[in-house]
Amino acid sequence: MHFLFSLIRLLARLMAVVSDAWRRQVSSASGVLRPIAGLVLACALLAVVPQHAHAATATPIPQTLLAPLAADDTDERLAGIAALGELASPAAAAVLDALGSDRLFATESGRILIQDAQGAVSDPETGETLALPEDASSISINNRLRVGIANALAAQQILTGDVPTRLAAVRSLQRDVDPERAPLLRKALEQEKDPQIIALLRLALANIDLVSEDSATRLSAAQALANATDAGVKTVLAARLVKEADGSYVEPDASVRAAVRIALHRLDIHLSRIEWLGNLFYGASLGSVLLLAALGLAITFGLMGIINMAHGELLMIGAYATYVVQYLFRQFAPGFTDWYLLAALPVAFAASALVGMALERSVIRWLYGRPLETLLATWGISLILMQGVRSLFGAQNVEVGNPSWMSGSMVVLDGLVLPYNRLVIIGFSLAVVVLVWVLLNRTRLGLFVRAVTQNRRMASCVGVPTGRVDMLTFGLGSGIAGLGGVALSQLGNVGPDLGQAYIVDSFMVVVLGGVGQLAGTVIAAIGLGEINKFLEPYSGAVMAKITILVLIVLFIQKRPQGLFALKGRSVE
Amino acid sequence: MSSPTHDPAVLAAIPVRPSRESFAPPRARLFPPIVWAGVLVVAALLAVLPLLNLVFPAGHALHISAFTIALLGKFMCYAIAALALDLVWGYTGILSLGHGLFFALGGYAHGMYLMRATAAAQGADRLPDFMNFLDWKAYPWFWSFTDHFPYAMLLVVLAPGLLALVFGFFAFRSRIKGVYFSIITQALTFAAMLLFFRNETGFGGNNGFTDFREILGFSITAPGTKAALYLLTLAILLGALVFARGLTQSKLGRVLTGIRDGETRLMFVGYDPHWFKLFIWTVSAVLCGIAGALYVPQVGIINPGEMSPANSIEMVIWVATGGRGTLIGPIIGAGVVNGLKTWFTGVFPEFWLYALGLIFVLVTLFLPRGIVGLVLMLRERLQARRAA
Repeated sequence: MHFLFSLIRLLARLMAVVSDAWRRQVSSASGVLRPIAGLVLACALLAVVPQHAHAATATPIPQTLLAPLAADDTDERLAGIAALGELASPAAAAVLDALGSDRLFATESGRILIQDAQGAVSDPETGETLALPEDASSISINNRLRVGIANALAAQQILTGDVPTRLAAVRSLQRDVDPERAPLLRKALEQEKDPQIIALLRLALANIDLVSEDSATRLSAAQALANATDAGVKTVLAARLVKEADGSYVEPDASVRAAVRIALHRLDIHLSRIEWLGNLFYGASLGSVLLLAALGLAITFGLMGIINMAHGELLMIGAYATYVVQYLFRQFAPGFTDWYLLAALPVAFAASALVGMALERSVIRWLYGRPLETLLATWGISLILMQGVRSLFGAQNVEVGNPSWMSGSMVVLDGLVLPYNRLVIIGFSLAVVVLVWVLLNRTRLGLFVRAVTQNRRMASCVGVPTGRVDMLTFGLGSGIAGLGGVALSQLGNVGPDLGQAYIVDSFMVVVLGGVGQLAGTVIAAIGLGEINKFLEPYSGAVMAKITILVLIVLFIQKRPQGLFALKGRSVE
Repeated sequence: MSSPTHDPAVLAAIPVRPSRESFAPPRARLFPPIVWAGVLVVAALLAVLPLLNLVFPAGHALHISAFTIALLGKFMCYAIAALALDLVWGYTGILSLGHGLFFALGGYAHGMYLMRATAAAQGADRLPDFMNFLDWKAYPWFWSFTDHFPYAMLLVVLAPGLLALVFGFFAFRSRIKGVYFSIITQALTFAAMLLFFRNETGFGGNNGFTDFREILGFSITAPGTKAALYLLTLAILLGALVFARGLTQSKLGRVLTGIRDGETRLMFVGYDPHWFKLFIWTVSAVLCGIAGALYVPQVGIINPGEMSPANSIEMVIWVATGGRGTLIGPIIGAGVVNGLKTWFTGVFPEFWLYALGLIFVLVTLFLPRGIVGLVLMLRERLQARRAA
């Protein structure tokens, strides 16, 4: 018997979870759905309450409150249920629970008896335990009553639950506006101590007061709602400004309408600010990804002029290096798995750089000065690398996990979610830019690179080993691509096709930024990311990407040298 | 001494203003007789194959399987596309990484007609299935008139042609050259691929067009229809070859080669390369579109995958393998590379990408003039040895 009940309780709790998720989706739902939601909620609450219910049946409940429960008139019974809910005693909760699960009995003399989950019968008025009389019959209920019971139990939770329970109860009550709850909320407000719950209760009350009969109440409610930050309030406010079919407003009082407009305006400002900041952040995040993908290319294509179509595959190699390091950590140092990413950075850099240098020495150097042939040969290499990875690791995507310090997110400004992995990658991309800048402008290798780029023959004449510098520069660009691969592995799928997705984007970034310009690459990448994210809400993700590509193609028509052209007198 | 001389010997030495004809290249024959013979023999051989398929029953020693016919038909479409690409790359030096787009556009234009013909055959008011899935009640505006075959054929020419004209006009006007041009053509086909992948674009999304039944009232799967399509493709390939040869042998063709070899010099001589490039670029796109239109009914499917950058680059390698700057080369290259592809995907599917990658690398490193160049070089060596 007990087992059966716990099973039912479990089922009901499951339903509660489902119904909660569902209610959240239909928070602004129509009135048709609400009774059903209430029903599900009723089942859920009925399942939760009994635990502390039969422990406290001792407190007596006056007969005047119990009698209406067995009345014939549904409205009278609803009022009785509501009154019991406001009693805020566990005994009342037990009675409501029993009523909801057909365990409340009435004798012909009008005495109300309660049977607990174990079958023991008691009188809630006196608390005495007795056997079930012959003439007692179970009080049947209908759906309206069930909803009423659920509300009453919620009220009971608001008044007597602990802080998280109260918070959850207030949040759920806040979603639908029901004037009948106003007295309950006021009562809760009086005894509430927690500032967060107080604020929520005030909002909930303001929501209810907004539809009250008294225009002064509505006015103060509208003014109170001016501080709301919850998107759900918006629909309530907007509903007041709707015109009826006959041309009159739902809200008759002009001053209240003005206050509602102000509140709505402030809410809109808040929400659009959140949305704007969100776009800004996700745009920067996308931009940093593009930057990491393109930075290596900015060196190999931008500085050296090599059209490396295998650049995407160097990214892929970096990502697979991350995967291998992660695997080794899991295998041999499970205690330090969280830090595998730090070890992956040098490994990925080295792996991609080595592959890059091998490419440069074996294929690319024979094709200097023949960019179109370089393009074809490196495309061939990219096919070989892709297939090589497929042969080694399989055609399926491999799983690369975020370390624990990169998963999760922080919430700022009431509703702006910033995932840690994106934050880390934005920081990482900036760090890589600084690293590249320092390497190119503050080291001997950088000096050589710039010398060979600007005037190969002169550099050779003064003793710069141009061949070796070529190899090292290409290795550097490839290694940076490897670092980009580490970052990409933290955001998306790692598979043999990873590089293909980025090759067009990377070239667009470098060409747009202006060949040979590090700053141009940075600005182009971040700019493209931002434009993309700000376009997305209007056009959808795919159309945003298409628009960007078309815009770049148009832009290049206008300025073939990119954003930041090297000033010079070269003919071609 | 200042008076003009009347000495006839001196007068004869002063060049008179040459007539126009002497500047024009000597009117070369279209092909040397031996090449003509070779082309015609191969064409005749290819033309006989579908007849062998039709006349002899399966199992007969001379029977050619329908699979072979379909395969060769497909290769010939690729050969037309390669020829088109060679006109811009091999002769004018413009490397396009977006010819797959023109190919696919031609294919889609023809596919629209085929879809409508198929839907109409199943019921008067029927729409293609993908439109029913989108809950569309009528054909969108850009599908109008595509149920008329002549208009669809016009679209096969216009869609790639106009796109190439507009794109080329701006690109060449801003003097985008070399790899930059290649990269933006790649971006263009990539953008188009994304666009066509959307279901709402109205071209069947991911799946594209397939499941054709009818063309001009004939069943598309009937061997007779297939043979007709095959022969048509062969005829168009031959026509394209002769046309391209005529074009490249003409004075216009010489200007195009001039653009390839020294655009700046050509400008100083007084030509405006812009219009020449735009002309050959548009012609090439149209030819590629026609190839796509022939491809779709024979293969039976067209989807946005045809626009992927990888496909366009593969076209380039057909040209490079055969020998760019020759017209026979791209045709041979398209046949050889695709023949290898068919063989590899049948026998060692996992090695095909290695092989293709190696072809890319080896051809660019060791065979800059492709197979045709290799043959010519061997012949020269042979002659040199004989002379010695």
